[in-house]
Amino acid sequence: MSKTIHLTLKIWRQSGSGDKGRFESYPARNISTDMSFLEMLDVVNEQLTLEGREPIAFEHDCREGICGTCGTLVNGRAHGQLKGTSLCQLHMRHFADGDTLVIEPFRARAFPVIKDLVVDRSALDRIIQAGGFISVDTGSTPEANTLPVPQDRAERAMDAAACIGCGACVASCPNASAMLFVSAKVSQLALLPHGRPEAARRALGMVRAMDGCGFGNCSNHRECEKTCPKEISIVNIARLNREFFKAALLSQER
Amino acid sequence: MRLDAKIPAGPLPQKWDRHRFELKLVNPANRRKYDIIVVGTGLAGASASASLAELGYNVKTYCIHDSPRRAHSIAAQGGINAAKNYPNDGDSIWRLFYDTVKGGDFRAREANVYRLAQVSNWIIDQCVAQGVPFAREYGGLLANRSFGGAQLSRTFYARGQTGQQLLLGAYSALMRQVANGKVSLFPRREMLDLVVVNGQARGIVARNLVSGEVERHAAHAVVLCTGGYGNVYYLSTNAKACNVTATFRAYKRGASFGNPCFTQIHPTCIPVHGTYQSKLTLMSESLRNDGRVWVPRTGGDKRAPSQIPEAERDYFLERKYPSFGNLVPRDVASRNAKEQCDQGKGVGETGLAVCLDFADAIRRDGRPVIEKKYGNLFQMYEKITGEDPYGTPMMIYPAVHYTMGGLWVDYNLMSTVDGLFVLGEANFSDHGANRLGASALMQGLADGYFVIPYTIGGYLAGSRFAEVADGHPAFTDSVKLVQERVAKFLAVNGRRTVDDFHRQLGLVMWDHCGMARTNDGLEKARSQIQALRAEFWQDVRVPGAAGDFNQSLEKAGRVADFLEFAELMLLDARARQESCGGHFNEAFQTEENEARRDDANFCHVAAWEFTGEGQDPVLHKEPLAFENVHLTQRSYK
Repeated sequence: MSKTIHLTLKIWRQSGSGDKGRFESYPARNISTDMSFLEMLDVVNEQLTLEGREPIAFEHDCREGICGTCGTLVNGRAHGQLKGTSLCQLHMRHFADGDTLVIEPFRARAFPVIKDLVVDRSALDRIIQAGGFISVDTGSTPEANTLPVPQDRAERAMDAAACIGCGACVASCPNASAMLFVSAKVSQLALLPHGRPEAARRALGMVRAMDGCGFGNCSNHRECEKTCPKEISIVNIARLNREFFKAALLSQER
Repeated sequence: MRLDAKIPAGPLPQKWDRHRFELKLVNPANRRKYDIIVVGTGLAGASASASLAELGYNVKTYCIHDSPRRAHSIAAQGGINAAKNYPNDGDSIWRLFYDTVKGGDFRAREANVYRLAQVSNWIIDQCVAQGVPFAREYGGLLANRSFGGAQLSRTFYARGQTGQQLLLGAYSALMRQVANGKVSLFPRREMLDLVVVNGQARGIVARNLVSGEVERHAAHAVVLCTGGYGNVYYLSTNAKACNVTATFRAYKRGASFGNPCFTQIHPTCIPVHGTYQSKLTLMSESLRNDGRVWVPRTGGDKRAPSQIPEAERDYFLERKYPSFGNLVPRDVASRNAKEQCDQGKGVGETGLAVCLDFADAIRRDGRPVIEKKYGNLFQMYEKITGEDPYGTPMMIYPAVHYTMGGLWVDYNLMSTVDGLFVLGEANFSDHGANRLGASALMQGLADGYFVIPYTIGGYLAGSRFAEVADGHPAFTDSVKLVQERVAKFLAVNGRRTVDDFHRQLGLVMWDHCGMARTNDGLEKARSQIQALRAEFWQDVRVPGAAGDFNQSLEKAGRVADFLEFAELMLLDARARQESCGGHFNEAFQTEENEARRDDANFCHVAAWEFTGEGQDPVLHKEPLAFENVHLTQRSYK
């Protein structure tokens, strides 16, 4: 059954990349516990608009946990405290009356703030451009069942492919590393026979791009795995490391 | 204006081959001389961008999001159809074609649908080669499942995330072409006008959503892949950014709008639960493979569903449609759920819900099997509702999900504006009055991978192009128009927010242009919307500035277009004096409350032509000729 709660929000406001930014406090009153976190922000924004103040900029789209657009830190945790849940799927029934919530953007050198809670995550696209694909032109492919893929391999590839590219792994890593993101794509394609021909080039290229974009290195804090809304496992990072070393030591790719 | 669908002559199975032979080709060395704009990066836009770039064209691709990977195709859950016939259960290209035409209640073009079925198999080949991790059998071969509206298993799937995996496949192909320098990517751009010069689409005007700058982009052809307009209802399963603006602006520049009243209400969504609600969540139709839909036998039964004994439940779909049971097409399932709730048999706090029960399936197959098939969907349900669907029946209700209507296109997917092509959900072409499950992904990718690469070449090779740069007066006029409109939004400074207007618009449309329509209701709604639109321009409040990242301003533009577009939907619904598929006019139903078509008078595509601000649009009709299938009353009994 739904009830209503009152909250205090401390929200990061920053007008653009040139602004230093600061926390501002807002009351969120009469919040139904059936609301999603983003609906709670909608309510606050409606109020701000009517008061003639500028609403809080935050990103969102599908609001069902799959597009990867939303995401902020809530009390220091990317996507909030609930395991395996993106911010849009976090509901207010997980908060108590009188709570104070500190809401701030994903922080990383590679994710510059655009406005308030909105950051620029295009670095993740640049990493994919460096090899997160299989080079097949449209129409040039063999019949789909030509290459059988053992079911368990396909399932593990799917586990990795579930990454929504939200960047929570980066935001929760003390080094702001994108290793979980990179490893998910490298693993998905390395596990499938279709991806093997380019495995070495892919691992080297994507890691190089990650470094080039200003992400840090992995030092096994495992915070990424803990906050990933899709619960992508760090087993993938181990696989990326194997693929990377194999490529660096044994392949012709440089 | 005469609508020419340009359907090739000859027997149905040979039309596409023949057409591909007859289309002119662009010499590979000449392709780099052509610039093509693609707006949108969902399945259609990403696949089109990648495929055209692979051929050697210069592609400029625009998306509203920070990354092309976020387009709403990503949220499609259930699967993608193809006529592979792997399960050996009697499928064929002809059967997929037939099912799609019948499922669409005989309001789609035979030739387009046949081509869709033909290329469906190539799509699966393409996606597998890209590394899409489809579900597989123990032997390593691809798995299939059945899906609403079909009596066989032709649906390929990747858990409940098929759309995500297909989109990431197309996105990866697109990213590869960005790296190759053949695609220039413009993220965080919203197309706000189409630029037409000498009758040809030659570019777009787009707003940079970060800086607010209004930009000009010129090309030799424009491809719109901007999705559907379900958010006209405010509450829908569409992502929040989905809108009609790109297609509506093109309509105002001369592209006719086809069948705008054909909308799909999906039967299995999580019910509405509060006035603050921002969107609805779909539960994949695949759930109907194992879930049984029921309501209490008597109205007003307020017991919790799990307390209602078997004998006092009415499994109404199984009772009314013994051969299809819970797998009837979406329009039929939705309408029946509404009918039960209208009779007071609905469950839940609002009475606007029916049960979807897995108890029998869990008893039969065991929880692990059900968990493997639907685990992520059950989890999603629990997150949103706080209830455990393994222990208590799910509660579901229909919600707006997809729009079959869209810009009118010919067989080449070109609109009534030369050089303006429209792909995927944004066009009207393949689903008639109702789309079958797992067909949207098929159509988006068919259009992008396997149709546009051929047909756009035919257009480019067969056309003459004047030199048009972005300094052309047509661009200057368009930029001025866009900037004036932006200034107008900011100047009103009224008392109501954009969302407030949007909600009200949505309620009017849901009540009068939703699952059931009446002539009176449609007319009443039209005057309500005219009044609401007038109020919007007097009383809306849009904070912030034009030259800034301004989400309120973005929303204002989209809602203003919805407020105009809604009227077009109502006009179209009123003009179609029959019921078909998702368009159900209460005056036209069989004795068993099914949609009653009027093939003598309405076997046509309605294409609406814009004739000027404040004037009624003109209706053109493209007659639909059925030479290969026999028009029947759809029966799923």
